[in-house]
Amino acid sequence: MSVAERVREGGQTTVRVGEDELTIVRGGQGNPVLVLHDELGYPGWLNWNAELAAERELIVPLLPGFGRAPRIDWVFSWRDLIQVLARWLREQKLAPIDVIGFSFGGWLAAEMALADPKLFRRMVLVGPFGVKAPDGKGEIADIFAVPALKWLASTVKDYENLPEFAQLYGGGHETPEQFEAFDDARAECARLAWQPYMFNPSLPHHLGGLKGVPTAIVWGDQDQIVPRAAMEVYAKGIPGASLNVVAGSGHRPEVEKTDKFLDIVRKHFEKN
Amino acid sequence: MFLMWFTERAYHYDPETEPEKYRELENAVLRQRSFFALPNEMMDPKHGGMLLNQYLDEKIYSEQLGFDGVMLNEHHATPFCMGAVMDVEAAVLAKTTEKLKIVLCGNPVPTVGNVLRLGEELAMIDMISGGRLVPGWVRGAGCEQLANNANPAHNRELFEEGIDVIVKSWTTPGPFRYEGKHFHYRVIDPWVLPIQKPHPPFWIPGLVSPDTVLWCAKKRYPYVALATQLAPTVEMWKLYTEQAAREGYQAGPENFGYLQPIFVHDNEERAIELGKRFMYGGAFAHFARPEWMFPPGYNSKEATRRLARLFANPNQPGKPIHQAHGDETDEEIEDIKRQIYVNYEQSRKDLQMIAGTPKTVIPQIRKVLEVLRPGIFSFWLDGPVGAADRKRCLELLGSEVMPAVREIGKELGLVGPFERAPGSVPLASGKTPAQVAQEDRLAAAFA
Repeated sequence: MSVAERVREGGQTTVRVGEDELTIVRGGQGNPVLVLHDELGYPGWLNWNAELAAERELIVPLLPGFGRAPRIDWVFSWRDLIQVLARWLREQKLAPIDVIGFSFGGWLAAEMALADPKLFRRMVLVGPFGVKAPDGKGEIADIFAVPALKWLASTVKDYENLPEFAQLYGGGHETPEQFEAFDDARAECARLAWQPYMFNPSLPHHLGGLKGVPTAIVWGDQDQIVPRAAMEVYAKGIPGASLNVVAGSGHRPEVEKTDKFLDIVRKHFEKN
Repeated sequence: MFLMWFTERAYHYDPETEPEKYRELENAVLRQRSFFALPNEMMDPKHGGMLLNQYLDEKIYSEQLGFDGVMLNEHHATPFCMGAVMDVEAAVLAKTTEKLKIVLCGNPVPTVGNVLRLGEELAMIDMISGGRLVPGWVRGAGCEQLANNANPAHNRELFEEGIDVIVKSWTTPGPFRYEGKHFHYRVIDPWVLPIQKPHPPFWIPGLVSPDTVLWCAKKRYPYVALATQLAPTVEMWKLYTEQAAREGYQAGPENFGYLQPIFVHDNEERAIELGKRFMYGGAFAHFARPEWMFPPGYNSKEATRRLARLFANPNQPGKPIHQAHGDETDEEIEDIKRQIYVNYEQSRKDLQMIAGTPKTVIPQIRKVLEVLRPGIFSFWLDGPVGAADRKRCLELLGSEVMPAVREIGKELGLVGPFERAPGSVPLASGKTPAQVAQEDRLAAAFA
C-alpha cells in the first residue's frame, strides 16, 4: 500500500463511562475494530494501523493509567478495568465489535469475551498474557525485573534493525516525559496484575465456554515475552481457535512482520 | 544524647584471612552491579552463621561498653545485610541483654504480609526485654518489594495502613474485627502486648525523602537520617522543623538522629585503611540496580519526575538500551574498583567516613554534631573487617569516643528522646520555629 493510501490517526475524543472518562483514539473508515494496546501503553499510530484503517475504522481506548490517560482511582484489578471497557462498549452501542488485543490488551480481550460473549464478533489475540504455561514450559517475562527500555527492546527480535522501532511510543524513548509515561504504565500493571503475575489461574478452565467468538491467536516464533506453550493453551482451549505462528518475529508481529500480520487478521475476519 | 551503634550484618570475608573469597565476592557484586539478588549459592550457611553469632556477641558486649542502644535493620536477598528477619536478632538481644535499648530501624511494613503477626513479634520483644524496644517503620527499599513480592504501587498505602493496624492491635481492647483496603482480620485479640504504653516510641529512618520527613513531623516521630550528606540533611531537618511548627510544636534535637560511618583504631593508618573497606563492592551505590531500587509505582509522582530527569538522557548518542553486565574481564573489574576506592579520601573530607584514633575522630564527630545537632547519634561500623578489629573499634568507641561525645552533647544541648519527649515543646501558632540544624556551621565543618 502506498504512503498516500495509508490512513492517518484521526484524533482523540473523551467519553463518559459512569463517573469516569475514557479517551479514545480513532482513525480510518469502515466497520469498527476495537484495538486493546499493550502493557507499556498506546504505542502510537503505526504502519499496521495506517494500512488497516483504509478498510476499517480503528477504535483505540487509551487504557486509564497507562501513560497517556489518567488512571481511575477505584480500579483495583484487571477485573475492574474490563468492566469499565465493557460498559463503554455497551453504552456506546459498539458491541458486538471485532477486537485485536495485544499482549496485556489481549488478555483483557479474552476476559471481556468470557465475561460477556456479546461484546465481540471476532477476536485476534496477539501474544496475549493471561495464561500461565504448564510447568517447565516457560513463564511470562517479568516486566518489573528490568528497566522499561530493556523490556521494550526485548519485545522485538532485533530492535537495532527494525525501522519502525524508533517510532514506537512516539519515538522519544529516552526523554524524561517518556520515562514518566512508561513508569505510569508499569505502575498500573502492578496495580492491576501484580500477583498472580499477569495471568488468571482460572482462565484455562473457562476458555472452553467461549463459543461464538471466532478467535485467532498470533505469536512470533522469536517471542521472548510469552511462551508458545501459553499460546497453545489459548488455541486448544477456545473452541475453533487457530494458532498463527509468525516466523522470524518477536512479541510484536504487527510491527516486525506487518504484511504477514495483516494477512492473518484479514483472513480471520473474512473467513468468519 | 542517646548513643547507639549499627552494623548491616553483612556476609563477607576478611581479606586478611580469606583473600580469595573476599575478592571473589566483591568481583561478583561488581559484575552484577548489585549486591541485591547475588546468587545465594555463593553463601556458605556455616560461615554466615558464624558471622551472625559474631554480630550478636558484639551487641551483647556493647552493653558493657556503655552504649545506650543497638540498632538493627532488615534487608533481603543480599549479602549486604543478613538481617533478613531482624526481629529474630532482636528477640535474642531481648533475652541476653538487660539495659540496652533495642532499636529497629526499621521493619519494612509493606513487605511483611501479615502485619498483625509483626505486631505480635514486636510485642514479644518488648515483653521479653522488659520494655526496651524502640520499633521503627520503613517502606522498605524498592528491591525489598521485589524480594517479598509486595506490590510497589501500593507501597505507601500498605505502609500507612499496616502501621495503623499494628497500633490498633496494641491499643484497642480485643477481640475486634478489621476490614480495611489492604488488610483484613477476623480476630484481633493479641495476648502479647508491649509493656511500654500506650506503645513503644517509634523512630523512623530515612534517606532524605521529603514525604517521609513531613510524615514524621506530623506524627512527632524522630527522624534518623542514614549517613546522608550534611547539606541535604540540613535541608530535610529544616523541612521537619517547619512542619513541626505547623503542628504546634518546636522541634529539638530529640526529634533527630544521625547515622555516622566510622572506624576507630589505636593506630591512625590502620583505622584509615580499615575504614576504606566500607566501600567494598561499591557499598550503597551498588545496593541494587536502579530498576530494582525504584520499581514502578514505588515513588511519588514528584520523585519519579526527578528520576526521569536523572535517568533519561536523550543527549547521550549511542547509549545502549541493553546495559551489558557480567562479561567484564578481571582487568575491567579492577578498573571499576579503582573508580570506587578513589573516592575514599573525598568521603573522609565530606565526613561521610570518619576514620582514625579516638583523638582524631572526636573533633570530626564534633563538626557533625555542631551542624546537625541530633539527640540520637548512631555509629555505623561496616565493611569486611575482622572480628578483632571490630571489637577493638567498639571498645575505643565505648571507652574514649562516647564519653567525649556525651560531653559535646551536653555543651551543645543535644537532648535525647528519652530526656525530652519528641513533640512535647509547644510552639505558638504563627511563631517562627528555631532551627535545630545549624546551616551556618556547614562551611566550618568542611574547612
